[in-house]
Amino acid sequence: MKLTKAIISTLVTLLLIWALQTKHGDLPPLGKLLNPATGFWQNAESKNITANSSVKLKGLYGKIVIKYDENRIPHVFAENDHDLYFAQGYVTAADRLWQMDIQTRSASGRLSEIVGPKALELDRYHRRMGMVYGAENTLAECMKDPQVKEALEAYTAGVNAYIHNLPAKHYPLEFKLLDYAPEDFKPINCALVLKLMSETLAGGSDDFAMTNTLKLFGPKITNELFPDRAFKEEPVIPKGTKWNFKALPLPPASKGFIADMTDTIKTKPPVEGIGSNNWVVAGSRSANGYPILANDPHLDLSYPSIWYQIQLTAPGVNVYGVSIPGTPTVIIGYNQKIGWGVTNVDADVLDWYQVNFKDLSKNEYWYDGRWVPVKKRIEAIKIRGQATVYDTVLYTRQGPVVYQNASLKPSKLGAARIVPVGDALRWIAHDPSLEFKTFYLLNRGKNYDDYREALKYFSAPAQNFIFASVDKDIAITPNGKFPLKYRDQGKFILDGSDPADEWQGWIPPEQNPTVKNPAQGYLSSANQPSTDETYPYYINWRFASYQRAKRIDDRLGAMHKATADSLRALQNDNYSIFAQDILPTMIDGVDETKLDEKQKSVYRQIKNWNREYTAYNAGPTIFENWWANLYKAIWADDFAVKGALDVQLKWPSNYRTVQLLVTQQQSRWYDDTRTMGVETRDYLIQKTFEATVDSLYKHYGSPGKSWQWGVVKGSHISHLGKVEGLGSGEFDADGSGGVVNALSETHGPSWRMIVQFGPTVQGYGVFPGGESGNPGSFFYDNMFRTWKNGELNPLLFLQNPADQQKHITSTLTINNK
Amino acid sequence: MLFFIILIAGLIASFVLPWWVVAIISFLAALLIAKSSAHAFWSAFAAIFIVWVAMALFKSVPNNHILATRMAHVFPLGGHWLILLLITGIIGGLVAGMAAMSAHLIRRAAGKQ
Repeated sequence: MKLTKAIISTLVTLLLIWALQTKHGDLPPLGKLLNPATGFWQNAESKNITANSSVKLKGLYGKIVIKYDENRIPHVFAENDHDLYFAQGYVTAADRLWQMDIQTRSASGRLSEIVGPKALELDRYHRRMGMVYGAENTLAECMKDPQVKEALEAYTAGVNAYIHNLPAKHYPLEFKLLDYAPEDFKPINCALVLKLMSETLAGGSDDFAMTNTLKLFGPKITNELFPDRAFKEEPVIPKGTKWNFKALPLPPASKGFIADMTDTIKTKPPVEGIGSNNWVVAGSRSANGYPILANDPHLDLSYPSIWYQIQLTAPGVNVYGVSIPGTPTVIIGYNQKIGWGVTNVDADVLDWYQVNFKDLSKNEYWYDGRWVPVKKRIEAIKIRGQATVYDTVLYTRQGPVVYQNASLKPSKLGAARIVPVGDALRWIAHDPSLEFKTFYLLNRGKNYDDYREALKYFSAPAQNFIFASVDKDIAITPNGKFPLKYRDQGKFILDGSDPADEWQGWIPPEQNPTVKNPAQGYLSSANQPSTDETYPYYINWRFASYQRAKRIDDRLGAMHKATADSLRALQNDNYSIFAQDILPTMIDGVDETKLDEKQKSVYRQIKNWNREYTAYNAGPTIFENWWANLYKAIWADDFAVKGALDVQLKWPSNYRTVQLLVTQQQSRWYDDTRTMGVETRDYLIQKTFEATVDSLYKHYGSPGKSWQWGVVKGSHISHLGKVEGLGSGEFDADGSGGVVNALSETHGPSWRMIVQFGPTVQGYGVFPGGESGNPGSFFYDNMFRTWKNGELNPLLFLQNPADQQKHITSTLTINNK
Repeated sequence: MLFFIILIAGLIASFVLPWWVVAIISFLAALLIAKSSAHAFWSAFAAIFIVWVAMALFKSVPNNHILATRMAHVFPLGGHWLILLLITGIIGGLVAGMAAMSAHLIRRAAGKQ
């Protein structure tokens, strides 16, 4: 009896320890996580900051001094390039190690190693899209350039120096929650981060949906509903700008080929207004006679923050701005002489090619009149707690066949929706590239010529690079490696056997659209079409609508004696050009006498709305719902999936719909083909308004706070790993995807920057969150409120380590060991 | 006595050894000097409860409990960090207490008492 008791008690104790030491499903090992000696309590940072610290590390050529300011932004002073990027790697790892780890794991399809089989399809997707293949090609190119090679290797060494000196108790919190350890950083991780940007900004495609649409409606209607030029445009390069180069001839179009396919995943109406803004005013429009530059890239906001602010100083360079954790150099920023910013171009640099395999073994495919062998690449995907999965990916001369048969394509993975089964992917992100060189040179740039030289090296994702200099030059260049295509090449799925359907070389980089010092005295971009129709090359058939660009240009055109604060106000502008373009037609279409009292009151409210997307206003809530209902009433009968015909279609854009409503009282598109009667425009407007009022009452009760835009929108910033409690929670805020202040539910300005040139340059900036990626740090989200209120922090641009000591809270010195 | 031995040894060992070292310390100490199962369990429980709570507070107080509050949302405890602190103490105490009690029961089964 005594023995039994002893044995049971001992076993229970051992079992308890085992249970507390082991991860159960998504539940972290509680003993490891909660114990105060090595668990999460160790990640609680003290409010008392050590003023001076030093460390000795191997492999340095000189001494590094890092000054941390009151926002914990590091200002790095090094004696050479190597030490500079070593230090950047070191300080970035100190603040963002888990973010760097998880992002590169995700890009390279290695999440399953950490979280188990639930990430397998996502990993497989990333592998099969050729993310690692592309990163390998880019890295090989980078290693040929001595400056870029040094930067990548030094950065990597800096990250690893931090990891190797990091005791387990100080692992970032997320490593403890997910129960794994950091691994050595490699130069290819830098390239993977870049591929992740290409995936986000140049990884979309509607070729598949467009091809289905073409098959269903035929070419006449497809061209009518999906024109190459939008109803209203305001191109990046001002209309009428002359092209002073002799253009290459466009390649001839191939004989059209429409792939035969169907798909089972339902599509959604288009989401517009995801993008970015940048602009610059010339000295002629500014108060001090020097240019002012502004940029706010819009991304899926997250904690830890997407960007990491840093100042990098070494002989030949002194630059301030934001970097991306996992890559060296400053990506958006300024130095004493120049400033630059970026928005996405959305060039068509991702195309699909129908592959004709010889037989079911899929070892050969038809190309240019003969059978050509496929190349095979084997991807080994390790899975936590399970055997490794080996996945064979077929590569044709165009690229990977992402899903060679329908059973491979995951039905639940949203990202895979755009992939046509059986087709090969031609994607700019697979090509060797040297984007880091662009940033290396811009960081050191002194003038307009340096800017033009730097841009030559940039491949993808293509960006509208805006520029200003202390020499009072302003410029903008939609820039990247653009394939030379016949008009509309890649609007639909292409023929993988026809050489005429391949990319026929490149637009010469110096012939990318560009403009310098225009008479109007300002330049801007907001993801809209790059040029007017006179540009001799084809970049894409669809871009973001002109609405943000139009508002920015309207305001810049009226601006005189501009200051940094006038541009800050413009970054926070909530006025909707889209509402201005369509709301009058909608309001006129309603017959007020037919409305009941509730409807009348809502009608008066929307009629009086000032078209500002402010948080306290109910106008945007009414308008957004009404528009969505009207849009659906027009197109759903034709574009919603019909019965057995289960096809993914492209829906007409918002502005194509505006064109229809504004210019045509009668059209076949207004008629609901599912009903006996013939519907008209005004009938749809009236009915959708009434339905909107009903549904608003149903969802939000009587008009009041619950109808306010800020509440309805429910903006929030999630943790990168979607851990509940580590994000911002919901907050009321102005803005929407379609206005300049492009804060939607989850996307928004991920960095706001304004640079005022003058005898001394002064920058202002803020991002949502903070410099530290540690949820236990005071600097995890300390800048959130400033950002949410639309304010900016003056940026501290030090000239030497002893400069402006009153803003410095701590100093880290790194010496060679 | 048992309480103080475990308290001091547990505190020191926690800085260098894995968290479950508290089980080994409690086991060894109780094997030598525990008077009864209850004495073994509660001495070790109280000692390690106090050690863990004190160590957690040592980190959390200068942090204004920012992290503990966030973690009390992760878990979800409504953001009440004190509950998380208690759970921390109880887990440590339970492991130590069980180990100590097992030690005493083994000793008794071996007929040493």
